[in-house]
Amino acid sequence: MTDPVLSVQNLRTHFFTRAGVVKAVDDVSFDLAPGEIMGLVGESGSGKTVTGFSLLGLVDEPGRIVEGSIRLQGTELTTLSDAELRKRRGREISMIFQDPIATLNPMLTIGQQMRLAIDAHERLSKRAAEARSAQLLEQVGIPSASARLRAYPHEFSGGMRQRVAIAIALLHRPAVIVADEPTTALDVSIQAQILFQMRDLAAETGTALIWISHDLAVVSSLASKLAVMYAGRIVEQGPTATLLRDPRHPYTAGLIASLPAMTAPGTPLTQIPGTTPSLLSLPPGCPFAPRCEFATKACMAEPEMQTAGGRGWRCFHPVGHTAEALT
Amino acid sequence: MNDFVQINDVNRLFGPNLSTGEKIAAKLGGKVETRSVRAVSDVTLSVRRGETLGLVGESGCGKSTLGRLIAGILSPTSGTVSIGGASVMQNGTKVTTRVQTVFQDPFASLDPRMKVGDTVSEGPIAHGLTTKSNARTYVAEWFERVGLDPVWVDRYPHQFSGGQRQRIAIARALAMQPDVLICDEPVASLDVSIQAQIINLFLELTRDLGLTTVFISHDLSVVQHVSDRVAVMYLGRIVELGPVAEVFGNPAHPYTAALFGSVPKLVLDADELVRFDTIEGEVPSPLSPPSGCYYHPRCPLATAECRANQPVTQPVSDLRAVACHNSEQQLAKASAI
Repeated sequence: MTDPVLSVQNLRTHFFTRAGVVKAVDDVSFDLAPGEIMGLVGESGSGKTVTGFSLLGLVDEPGRIVEGSIRLQGTELTTLSDAELRKRRGREISMIFQDPIATLNPMLTIGQQMRLAIDAHERLSKRAAEARSAQLLEQVGIPSASARLRAYPHEFSGGMRQRVAIAIALLHRPAVIVADEPTTALDVSIQAQILFQMRDLAAETGTALIWISHDLAVVSSLASKLAVMYAGRIVEQGPTATLLRDPRHPYTAGLIASLPAMTAPGTPLTQIPGTTPSLLSLPPGCPFAPRCEFATKACMAEPEMQTAGGRGWRCFHPVGHTAEALT
Repeated sequence: MNDFVQINDVNRLFGPNLSTGEKIAAKLGGKVETRSVRAVSDVTLSVRRGETLGLVGESGCGKSTLGRLIAGILSPTSGTVSIGGASVMQNGTKVTTRVQTVFQDPFASLDPRMKVGDTVSEGPIAHGLTTKSNARTYVAEWFERVGLDPVWVDRYPHQFSGGQRQRIAIARALAMQPDVLICDEPVASLDVSIQAQIINLFLELTRDLGLTTVFISHDLSVVQHVSDRVAVMYLGRIVELGPVAEVFGNPAHPYTAALFGSVPKLVLDADELVRFDTIEGEVPSPLSPPSGCYYHPRCPLATAECRANQPVTQPVSDLRAVACHNSEQQLAKASAI
């Protein structure tokens, strides 16, 4: 087995607010192999975006990483200074955000913005920088790329803007890209185009990808493995097909069952009762217990991650199995 | 079956609001945008009593505008909308309470400074469906109906979660005792687990109250689940219409086929776990739509005919209609697979 390009161990990112400590990310661990695509699935407030931000060292006050380790290509990131992090951000690890309107500078042409991103890490002649930018725009499917370098963000459609953001993220061929709901704001036909392209790009460039989304079907179309988050924790992780066909955690099973495609049209959908708990007042023990049909007294204690057969789950009552039979 | 909601040859244009100076400048050849967007173009459609009609399409296709025209929020540039034979608009003003709307974003559609009970009772009091003294009981009944605790009537919107707010928005629409409900992306801003709860509530209420519904969504799986019939829109026009299982199962328009095909679908019992295809190109600007059939630049079946002439809507069967020159070819293609 090759060494992981990114290894996250027991990561905890907490926000120290006036109302109390919000444990947005609480004991998250995973490994990512070179070129691997991992889907990070969860509902709003589950901690998936904060996990992504933590990897890039983008967590702002009042939040901070309180514990754990993030090793990128063998280097521990959590102890680096801001200046050292800055050298790696964009070059070794980069991020694509949900809203390309908010992430591109409306006052600069695409070419100027790409130039800034190049200059941050390399010294290239004007001509070489333009050539590289144009080549990447072409690679992400932007027609007449060298002419489009002189265009401003408002001259692009939403899908094309997101392609520009992807091209910028790819400029330095980073080892890891964190993509935070990059297709959520796009139409389905454009989403499909970008999904196909990302799959090819990851294979071509050997870049590992963390694809954050609330949409199980979308992440599953790309990712070879999944991590499902709930209330700041990864509650289940493993190979995509295994996880979807044989979910162990009742929350994963509930998410799959609640998809409209899983129920005959017109009949009631399988629903997960209740709502996601506030991170400020989590229930004791397993945070999913109040919504879980299998919950027992045992769930008053917090379940540890159980691992077997290349997958892991945090549950005392894995769906369809007795806990003892699995370990 | 009677056609309860009738939309007759409706058009809606959005043009620039030019000042006198700009109009003169435009006349003199100055650079002023004078073109209009035809957001809804020659739409004729009917919804039967008790039916749920799904309205799908990509952003900018005019589905929300059509919804607003039916709801009487916008008046048509030409054409008419009527419910049970009575016109929804007169002289640019909505003259009926028989149609109500639930909007996408329950954070924006509820007044943050108004108690939610007052938000729900405001309309019914104004229209004499209840009195001020009875309002509390009236609202409480509707709260219970949508699965909210009636003791919450004195709370403000910020004290509720997204799913609960959408329930309040549904209660507000239903408290007007409408016959027709327009739902404009009602679950798009909700989390997956909450989406299922709201869809179930919607199915239960439309059945129990016998509501006629127009359900607008970009999420085809949701539309497929709740609708009886579906209308597919592209650049302001309805390109295909028919029973939901037939339209998505065996599309007669290449756009329907491509749109449905581009949604990633989980197929848990197949070798290939997720299935989807891609459509080439993007939706053209509605300011300068292409010649002939609006879809021809992206269409794999396009011919010279498609580039020259706008296809007319024609029946495929008793219940289905399509606007495509090559629908027979498309239907044959789909059944061949």
